[in-house]
This record gives sequence, C-alpha cells and structure tokens, in this order.
Amino acid sequence: MNPFMDREKALLELERRIAELRTASADQPVDMSSEIGVLETKYQEILRDVYGAPTPWQKVHMARHPNRPTSLEYIAGLDRFDELHGDRHYEDDQAVVGGAALLRGRAIVAIGQQRGRDTKENLRRNFGMVAPEGYRKVRRLAHLATRLGLPIVTFVDTKGADPGISSEEHAQSEAIAQCLIAFTTATVPIVASIIGEGGSGGALALAIADRVIMLEHSTYSVASPEGCAAILWGDASKADEAASHLKLTAQDLRGFGIVDEIVPEPLGGANRDPSGVVTRVLEKIDAALERLETLPAQRLLAQRYEKYRRIGAWARETAPAGRF
Amino acid sequence: MPMPEWLRVRRGKDAGGRDAAQWSKCAECGEMLYRRDLAANLYVCSRCGHHFRIGAYDRISTIVDGDFTEIGGEVQVGDPLQWSDRKSYPVKLAGDREKSGLSEAVVCGFGQIGGFDVALGVMDFHFRGGTMGTVVGERVTMLLEEATRRHLPCVIFTASGGARMEEGMFALMQLAKTTAAVTRFMADGNALITVLTDPTTGGVSASFAFQADIILAEPKAMIGFAGRRVIEQTIRQKLPEGFQAAEFLLEHGHIDIVVERRLLKETLVRFLDYTAKGAAQRARAEAHA
Repeated sequence: MNPFMDREKALLELERRIAELRTASADQPVDMSSEIGVLETKYQEILRDVYGAPTPWQKVHMARHPNRPTSLEYIAGLDRFDELHGDRHYEDDQAVVGGAALLRGRAIVAIGQQRGRDTKENLRRNFGMVAPEGYRKVRRLAHLATRLGLPIVTFVDTKGADPGISSEEHAQSEAIAQCLIAFTTATVPIVASIIGEGGSGGALALAIADRVIMLEHSTYSVASPEGCAAILWGDASKADEAASHLKLTAQDLRGFGIVDEIVPEPLGGANRDPSGVVTRVLEKIDAALERLETLPAQRLLAQRYEKYRRIGAWARETAPAGRF
Repeated sequence: MPMPEWLRVRRGKDAGGRDAAQWSKCAECGEMLYRRDLAANLYVCSRCGHHFRIGAYDRISTIVDGDFTEIGGEVQVGDPLQWSDRKSYPVKLAGDREKSGLSEAVVCGFGQIGGFDVALGVMDFHFRGGTMGTVVGERVTMLLEEATRRHLPCVIFTASGGARMEEGMFALMQLAKTTAAVTRFMADGNALITVLTDPTTGGVSASFAFQADIILAEPKAMIGFAGRRVIEQTIRQKLPEGFQAAEFLLEHGHIDIVVERRLLKETLVRFLDYTAKGAAQRARAEAHA
C-alpha cells in the first residue's frame, strides 16, 4: 500500500485549485494573488511534511512513482541516440533499451531498463523486468562497446529480473552471470546510474561500474522489500518492515562505499522536476567519464577489480583456524 | 578406507550433535534408512535413489583422495547492517553454527581428486540455506585467487538459496566480487568446474555456478534463478512437476551432464584429466613456438 496515497491526493487537489485560480485571475480584473499565495504556502507545507524526511518504505514508493523519469527520458537528454535491437539469438526484449549515443559530444553506448507509465506500456516493457533475452542484448552491447572503444553508460530501474516460466526455460541465471562477466571485463569506462529501483541481481547485471551514481530517493537492494519479506518471513505484506532493515537508501549505500555519489532530487521527488534531474544526472555522468577516460585500460580494470574485491564487512580472527 | 585425520577431527567435534539420530527417513519414498548404511551409500536412498542434501565435510570426504587443507576458515562473519528481526543476525548465525557444525555456508581448500591437485569449494545448505554473504563471497574469492596463483583447476559444489538477506547489499556485491575472481582465474587458462546440487538458486546460480567451463548437476537437484514460490506468486499458477529440476535444465541445454553421486568422483577425475592434458599440450605447443 502506497504510504503517500492520501497526501498525494491532497497535493493534486491543491495543484488543481491553484491552477484554476491562476486561470481565473488571468481572465478577470480581480487580484487573487493573496489567495493563490495562501494555497501555495499550504502546498509547500504539505510537501515538506510528507517528503521532508521520507522513511525507507516511503522512498521505495518515490522510486516507483509513475511520473519519475525513466531511462528513455535520460536517453532523450543525450545529444543523439541510435537504438540497437535484439540479442542476435531469439528476441528483442523491450524491458531494456540500448544503443550507440553521443553525450556532450562523446560517443558512448547507453543501456537502460525501461518500465512503463501505464498498463499498456508496462505490458510491452514487462514492468522493467528484464528476461534472459534482454540480458543477452545487454551483454552484446557491452561487448560492442569494448570492441569500438565506447564507454558504457547504464540506467538502472527494475524491481528485479523477470521471474517467469519462460525466463527460467531460457536460463535467466546464465544470462545474468554472463552480463556480470561482460561488465567486469569491459576495457572501457562504465558509469551506472540508479535512477529508480535497483532490485537484486537483475539490477547488478547493469551496475558493475567504475562509478555508481544514485538519485537521492532511489533504492538499491539485495531483493525487493516484498521479496525479502517473503523469503524471510513468508509474508510479502511485511515489505515495509523489510525496507527498514535492508539499508536500501542512497544515503546508506554511499556510507557503505557501494554507491559513489548521490544526485539530489527536488522536494517531493524527481517527478516534480524531471528535466532538471535528467540534466543533473547527465552532468555527473559526463564528469565521471571525463576523469575515467584518462586511465589506460589495464589501470581501469585493476581499479574495478580492487573496488569490488574490498567490499565485505568480514573480520579475520587473529588465530589461524580451519587447518586440520 | 581409513578415515582421514582431518575428517576424524571433524567427526569428533560433531559427535553427539546431529549425528546422534540413528535413522533417517527418505523424503522421497518414506523408507527408513539406518544412518551408517545411508552414509556408506553416499547419502543416497538405497530404495529410490533419492539424493539427500549432504554436509560440506561429508561431501569433501566422498570426493578427495585423502588430505584436505582448508583455507579461509579465519574469515568470520560480521553484521554489517546490524540486522535484527525476530532474532538478531548474530543469534541466527549461532544457531546455524550449532545445527551445521560449520563456521559458514562454504568450506574451501585444497586437496587431490584422483591424483589431481585441485582447489575445492563446497557449499552447505544447512547453514542459513547456503546463502551467500560476505564470508561465502570472500572464501570463494580467496579460493579462486589462490588457485590462480597455483595454476590449479577449481571445483565448486553449489547449494544455495541465493544472496543472504541479512547482509543486504553487501551480499549482492559478492556476486560482483566472485565474478571478478572467476574472470581472472579463467583468463589465466585455468578450468572451473561446478557441480550444482539441491538447491542452487538466486545469486549463486546467477554468478559462479553458471560461469563455469563445465557444469554438472546431481539428479533432481532444483536449479533456477527465481525460487518456485516467487514464480508461482508472480504468474499465479502452479508450476509443472519437474520444472527447474536438473533433468529439465539438461533438456533445455543449460548444463552439461546430470551425474549420479556414486559416479561423481570418477566423472570429475575424467574432466580433470582432460584439463591436465590440455595444459600439458599447450605447454608443449608453446615450447615449440
């Protein structure tokens, strides 16, 4: 259940009234600016009240907001994009979009998971849940990028990899496992941006990167909160509790060193200023590529190895154990 | 065959624990099996051939020739998220240690199989469902790195419910870490053989399990990315019998061979032989060049 639903309705109602008053005051000689001002103050108060300090579970819903910018909006912000289709074996999975592109004049390969805004588009895009064919397309594009020397820019936005029957029949595990290898071994810079939800291995398949950027209210976790609650307690309805345990916020993950930088969002979330957010994210990607492209390939690969080699909160006992 | 010293020590520790029960019931056919007979039959039901889930040290003793030198035992678990739900994570782990007699869900080390030196990793479902957290990721990575240094083939037995929830994103990152280790190991010309046992799912199946050169599986082992319950909830219908069984994966071309446990060691030895011969042939070719 969306924890914002009631408040979102109130906000929408206020937005409608403010717009009405604006239209009315444009047509009439009466000055309504004070009434409008009152409503706008109230609007900002509710916004701050609701979104000022969102809980992890609230952030999950902000990350899933239907009007939050999706991969295609970021891709539309590039100078140029030529989509490439298909896995060269079986299908063109519409839950992931990729192709050659220009970002601030630099040639890149852009890849993003794509969810829909409405039911019809969601059916075509499978709610952004990528099937093995999609991961094979991603792997192919990563290889292409390496072959042609184009940096890889990814946009991560998925609840998780598709869990359907045909995905299992077509070896979802293998498709993801091979994506992980492709990103680990790509000899070009990789910048990943977590723009919405980053769910599990299905997200990581696009997110092994030299620099990981995350929006302020995006989430990134080992499993979706619903999945985690189902696995641990056999009850997906305890997702809000799972969300608070999982440490899935950008702030947590920046603290752990799993995410490199956070891009701020306007109060209320990226959906309140999509073009501004898209511009800021693309600027960060550009800046990251600027730094990364000066590294020779072997340095780049060595740094990437070390980055992931370090992650792990394990401790070594002083006495050597386990020898028999 | 005399019991190797390392296993005798382990058994001594386990005495009175889960080994105390004299009889085990076959989950498949219901047959009551005397535990010593069951162990002698490699934990396979003598009536219906059902392969029981097997502990890591029992597995190692059925596979290695004699000695086994464990590595990574000093890597012990942390609690990076300070996780606590019905129980705290450290309390859950203490229960797993008690139940399994293991310090974590994988045992890694070096030994010989059919006279071939190998790096061997064995996961154990009895410890937190064989889930991969930072310790499993670290030990598997250490194993692959050491195998790379020694130019040895590596055999990994998987048994896992996937990434460990209680370690959150640190667990997910172990997919990236082990993948990195696999790629360096392979780039150096070494062979990775995985044996998928019941069950192998989630983050482990989506990383090193399916990154191997040769992929074997035990009969009827459940193998897949998404667990059965998740799929059924998503599609809202019951899954067909045998879906995600090893035989199903073989039919669909995902794995190389389904091997009965009694034939597993000799099968591994044959592939280790190809590997060793391949390495020697390559060395000869390079000497000519």
